[in-house]
Amino acid sequence: MHEKEHPNEKIGVYVCHCGSNIAGTVDVEDVAKWAAEQLKHRGVVIARDYKFMCSSLGQELIEKDIKELGLTRVVVAACSPHLHELTFRTACKNAGLNPYLCELVSIREQCSWVHTNRTAATEKSKAIIAGGVERVIWHEPLTPLKVPIHPATLVVGGGIAGIQAALEIADAGYPVYLVEREPSIGGHMAQFDKTFPTLDCSACILTPKMVLAGTHPNITLISWAEVTHVDGYVGNFQVTIKQKPRYVNTELCNGCGICQEKCPKKVIDDIFEAGLGNRKAVYTPFPQAVPRYPVIDRENCTYFQKGTCRACEKFCPTNAIDFTQKEELLQMDVGQIILATGYDLFDPRRIPQYGYGRLANVFTSLEFERLTNAAGPTGGKIVLRDGVTVPKTVGIVHCVGSRDKNYNNYCSSICCMQSLKFAHLAEERTGAEVYNFYIDMRTPAKSYDEFYQRVLEEGTHFIRGRVASISDAARNPGEEGKLIIQVEDTLIGKQRRIPVDMVILSAGLEPRRDHKETARLFGLSCSADGWLIERHPKLDPVATMTEGILIAGCVQGPKDIPASVVQGAAAAARVLGKIQQKEVTMEPIRATVDQDKCSGCRICNNLCPFNAILFHADRAVSEVNPALCQGCGTCVAACPAGAISGTGFSDQQVLSQIEGLLMLNVRQLEAVPA
Amino acid sequence: MTDTQNFEPVIIGFTCNWCSYRAADMAGTARIKYEPNVRLIRLMCSGRLDPTFVLKAFSGGADGVLVSGCHPGDCHYVEQNYKALRRFHLLRRVLVQMGIEPGRIKLLWASAAEGAILADEINKFVEQVRALGPLNWKPAQSIIEAQASVSFQEVPA
Repeated sequence: MHEKEHPNEKIGVYVCHCGSNIAGTVDVEDVAKWAAEQLKHRGVVIARDYKFMCSSLGQELIEKDIKELGLTRVVVAACSPHLHELTFRTACKNAGLNPYLCELVSIREQCSWVHTNRTAATEKSKAIIAGGVERVIWHEPLTPLKVPIHPATLVVGGGIAGIQAALEIADAGYPVYLVEREPSIGGHMAQFDKTFPTLDCSACILTPKMVLAGTHPNITLISWAEVTHVDGYVGNFQVTIKQKPRYVNTELCNGCGICQEKCPKKVIDDIFEAGLGNRKAVYTPFPQAVPRYPVIDRENCTYFQKGTCRACEKFCPTNAIDFTQKEELLQMDVGQIILATGYDLFDPRRIPQYGYGRLANVFTSLEFERLTNAAGPTGGKIVLRDGVTVPKTVGIVHCVGSRDKNYNNYCSSICCMQSLKFAHLAEERTGAEVYNFYIDMRTPAKSYDEFYQRVLEEGTHFIRGRVASISDAARNPGEEGKLIIQVEDTLIGKQRRIPVDMVILSAGLEPRRDHKETARLFGLSCSADGWLIERHPKLDPVATMTEGILIAGCVQGPKDIPASVVQGAAAAARVLGKIQQKEVTMEPIRATVDQDKCSGCRICNNLCPFNAILFHADRAVSEVNPALCQGCGTCVAACPAGAISGTGFSDQQVLSQIEGLLMLNVRQLEAVPA
Repeated sequence: MTDTQNFEPVIIGFTCNWCSYRAADMAGTARIKYEPNVRLIRLMCSGRLDPTFVLKAFSGGADGVLVSGCHPGDCHYVEQNYKALRRFHLLRRVLVQMGIEPGRIKLLWASAAEGAILADEINKFVEQVRALGPLNWKPAQSIIEAQASVSFQEVPA
């Protein structure tokens, strides 16, 4: 039923050495020779091995054979199809063969790289190639589907990466929806005072971009909102966004801020001020917020909780306060999506021996950022938790929650530079004696190491060693009233106790607490650490495996501001490239129903998560809408009548591949007398 | 019939394009070594796994079958791996009735980041099937194919 006993195809088999990547473990000459002899009866007319099949010479080899030998099918045994499928399909296309008549089988990732026994790896390669040959016989010439692309783009997250991406696309003349969860865009960068290594004022360089994003005619800014549902596919996504009620009519509000002055309810600001300062129940997180309209925090508003007050409403000069606002669901169509949802700071309470939360003068890096910020709770004064005492000694602990197998194995990449910046600022503004406790100094980017040299020259102490504990238990009069940092100085090989007034924990970056929900919402994968996985770690860092969804900034992994900006711009370039093509090409992997075989049982109807299967009641048959079908093939597997076939992954293709993979063993079994 | 002392099982593994096949790629890139007994087939989704594929593998000489897909909730096609899960449990019962030990088939969730886990699980599964010995399901092959062709003809147009 599923076996072409006498295939009429002319098949070419190409075995790649990949330098020594494959040839080091697999006897490629033997494999090619075997394929030429043993698969001849299946239609293999030529089998070659070559040093680099993906090189232009390797591709020309295939093209030449197609033209001269009249090949009708091509099997390339090389690396993963996720890497070079397109390369070899294009080579076939150039030689006039339909690109889908080419099959790339992986003997590198799945064989030579993971096995050590040369005989076993060579035999497995033969089996894999036999599977590919049996499969390719059943390939059909296909044409990629083309669908128009919606020109609008959704950018999720209004930090620096998201702002950059939105601006690039908007400047090119295409519409952008910029969605931000907090009342204002700006992200973590808005919380910082200075940026390393130039010591630029963070707000001075960020706020112009925020204002641009807020006023750009092509950007629709939707703050205080979250994406709740995503449907569709590249070029045609349908997105649902939950707009939380601001209780402020943005058409009337002029951002004067009187409501914030008059609101009697003070609330500790855990997000923007990192718990160090207060805001009101009606608030904008910071003076330069974009958009400038405040929100009312329902949980803390006296009116919402007790039914009285309404001070903001009374004093608002434009009558913009509206307590009746309800949550709204906004629906929009977009062609592509950029995710730039950023990071969360590692919570140092998880390392109890560092005393954060228990010892008052242990601060997190974000808290220290707010202390140094002129717009922060202390007006930029570096003081202890009591709000007045200037520290005489400051200890900065690196790698808190990073490079630690108990918490996160990875390096958070920004903490060394951030700690150097803190050291410089603390020294400059308080004259304090500053100690840095580091494992390794990592200052790899432009002008970073020069900054390290500068801080060294300023007299900051550097102690190499991971801090064991921070306590307030004094052992001698010199330690009274101090925080004592216990550390092994690995450069002198001694335990040391350093008494300081203030400790700053350079906490690592972690994926957002809700990163799993985000990944699921957009159909993406996370690494074991929780960062979203890019399409290729070296060559495609902003694309994902889901066509049309890109990632930028810290959502992909810890990085500094320049790297986030680069990724935002790179993602935007990708988006623009697609929009300008006006249509997207999609893999023609789709299910189709043979209407003559369909019995109308409707088993398939409920299996499709994309609602791609329609039932024609009049004719009692089902039909697949190719525009909605994503090609998973679940309905193909379920159809009891065998009426649904999946292009690219048909029953015949898979069954024949199984047969091919087992061909060698069957022969061996037959060779052994029972 | 075969030398059970030096028995090397052959296992057919079905992987989905988005998670488990990429986990295999990742194991390769990271040069994580595992047993050479598994031969993988790429499907778009674990939901594409037609039970016939598994029967075909066993009847064609495989000693074990590995079915692998994205973790529940992480399916690229929303929820099709749940359908694969349902089918898997049913299929395993059917296989038992056909005289195949349940230990010869394994379902494994592996995300694109879990190359090491995939390699580790493959090794465990190879050991497990090796302990069960050769399946040699040859006699059943003709019956299955006969049944398959009969039922195929019976389908009403």
